[in-house]
Amino acid sequence: MIAEQTTPLLSVRNLKKHFPIHNKGFSSRVIGSVKAVDDVSFDLLPGETLGLVGESGCGKTTTGRTILRALDPTSGQVMFKVDDDKIIDLAAIHHKHLKPLRPEMQMIFQDPFSSLNPRMTIGDIVGEPLVVHKMARGSELKDRVAEMLLKVGLMPEHAIRYPHAFSGGQRQRAGIARALIMNPSLIIADEAVSALDVSVQAQVINLLEDLQEELKLTYIFIAHDLSVVKHICDRVAVMYAGKIVELCETEELFAVPKHPYTRALLSAVPVPDPDVKMNFDLHGEVADPANLPPGCSFNPRCSYCQVRCKQDIPELQEIAPGRQVACHFTEDLD
Amino acid sequence: MQDTQELQEIEPQELPENVLELRDLKTYFFTDDGTLPAVDGVTFSVKRGKTLALVGESGCGKSVTSYSVLRLIQKPGEIVEGEILLHTNDYQTIDIAQLTEKSDLLFHVRGGLVSMIFQEPMTALSPVHTIGNQICEAILLHQNVTKAQAEEIAIEMLHKVGIPGPEQRMNQYPHELSGGMRQRVVIAMALVCKPQLLIADEPTTALDVTIQAQVLRLINDLKAELGTSVLFITHDLGVVAQIADEVAVMYLGRIVEQGDVRIVMKNPLHPYTRCLLKSLPGLSGHHKRLDSIEGSVPSLTEIPPGCPFHPRCPDFVAGVCDVGNPPELQELRDGHYVACARAEEVNQK
Repeated sequence: MIAEQTTPLLSVRNLKKHFPIHNKGFSSRVIGSVKAVDDVSFDLLPGETLGLVGESGCGKTTTGRTILRALDPTSGQVMFKVDDDKIIDLAAIHHKHLKPLRPEMQMIFQDPFSSLNPRMTIGDIVGEPLVVHKMARGSELKDRVAEMLLKVGLMPEHAIRYPHAFSGGQRQRAGIARALIMNPSLIIADEAVSALDVSVQAQVINLLEDLQEELKLTYIFIAHDLSVVKHICDRVAVMYAGKIVELCETEELFAVPKHPYTRALLSAVPVPDPDVKMNFDLHGEVADPANLPPGCSFNPRCSYCQVRCKQDIPELQEIAPGRQVACHFTEDLD
Repeated sequence: MQDTQELQEIEPQELPENVLELRDLKTYFFTDDGTLPAVDGVTFSVKRGKTLALVGESGCGKSVTSYSVLRLIQKPGEIVEGEILLHTNDYQTIDIAQLTEKSDLLFHVRGGLVSMIFQEPMTALSPVHTIGNQICEAILLHQNVTKAQAEEIAIEMLHKVGIPGPEQRMNQYPHELSGGMRQRVVIAMALVCKPQLLIADEPTTALDVTIQAQVLRLINDLKAELGTSVLFITHDLGVVAQIADEVAVMYLGRIVEQGDVRIVMKNPLHPYTRCLLKSLPGLSGHHKRLDSIEGSVPSLTEIPPGCPFHPRCPDFVAGVCDVGNPPELQELRDGHYVACARAEEVNQK
């Protein structure tokens, strides 16, 4: 496994992304904010896969995008290690200085249909990052595209074809090739396999794991499908209403969830075995991030809720080595 | 009076076992690229009060099958062959495939006897009508009641599907509700006329797992309460295991395996079903390689000869699987049907 002493590739500290809500009418006065990401902190070690899971609207995608500075954070730090020794705060850096860092961090998107330009050939799409960063041209560009296509299981001949000629799985491979051609160290995969059919999904998961080993990649794997997360991730962060509520190693999380929300989320996963019936009792819906309940955001849905939960916001605290939970009563769960 | 009394008492035994029977249904699409056999000879039946799950990857024809049952296929698509028999609670048998487009009976079937829940609740609801308006419309079309009575029925139904404060919700528009609430409204609308068959086409695919679990439980509870039979279309084998009594697996417009859900999922006989179950993540150990199926589903214009699955099949034998007509669905074990030329050999191992 990964040594304890290694410096993290990425450490996120107190990251916040709030979207202002404007008054309707002429004076676009700010009357509130949507706390999409609220005080998120975690470390990402080189070579590991961290899963970000939660229901839609919990802020997992916004977290990913804010780390990459596709969105500007409201506050917080994103310390990113470049070239083994330099550490740069991505959250503070001026956007002009971001471009040389971009090759280091890439994104794979969910929908292989809308994330590829239908008017460009696969070769142009995969090679575009190299052109933008002036890293290759002419025959070298062609060779590197061909090599990358082979690496993700496509054929070099495919470079002259357009996205519509490919199946969903093949398009997703092209999206992966585009992300990897810059030789990045960090990949944020935002629901990268959710749009794929089961049989193709398994192929792409295998591909992502093979590439991780070969190219020493570090993944942040954003997903809502917990069975995929269980398979691919080393550690998992469970998010609810913009906050991480539980963070620990995958096997521990699935074996003994320590936060009531994690417990409910896991019990909602339909097991493909007719003899294992779902034992699910979570009522209500995700909290509205524009209008959060006081105290713990999960308290209206929590079956262990007590008075304190409605007043104090629980901090994410370490209850065992490598295991963080944000719940006042985590010790009292059963 | 006594006669009717007697009739009602013996009714349960006399009703045919199946609500819906599809016999050799073929729905083709006649496009410029050629004829696409989206549904190519599908035979199955939905038992009274039970749930049949139709499962398969995208493009396998599961949705077209369900649309055919309600005659929702539009040009260039057409039902070219086959029977869609609906056995109603009043001892009638209606062949939906033979009904004319504008007949009163087809009108009665759609929404009255059979109703449907679609995948995307936002597109299934009208954005410019209130929830109450839309549910009442369904009631007024199919039941002989006044507007005030219809409203009462609608409120009761909204209450039944677990929507808090149904009286206020009646006056709200779909955009004011969350995704899970919208899907509940769609379910309320589908069940308000007490249909004998409910077709649910991927009703939980667009929802979060927690909301999915709530909706699945709701469908199960209402099925038991109203005695509705369900044809459940999904691609998620986990959902199948949780909701179905029987399962039919489709591949390229054909059913390749069918039987009791427990038997099929525990002991699949068709290589495709076996591969699908093995390729699910989460069951095998952490970080182990998944047994994926080679290649992807071919396009309907290039259906391979012989067994359509043979180019991806791990048990493929040249000269057996890639020649002749696609294998027929045959009963290999008691009540367990499979369409594979090598079913016997493959399953002896």
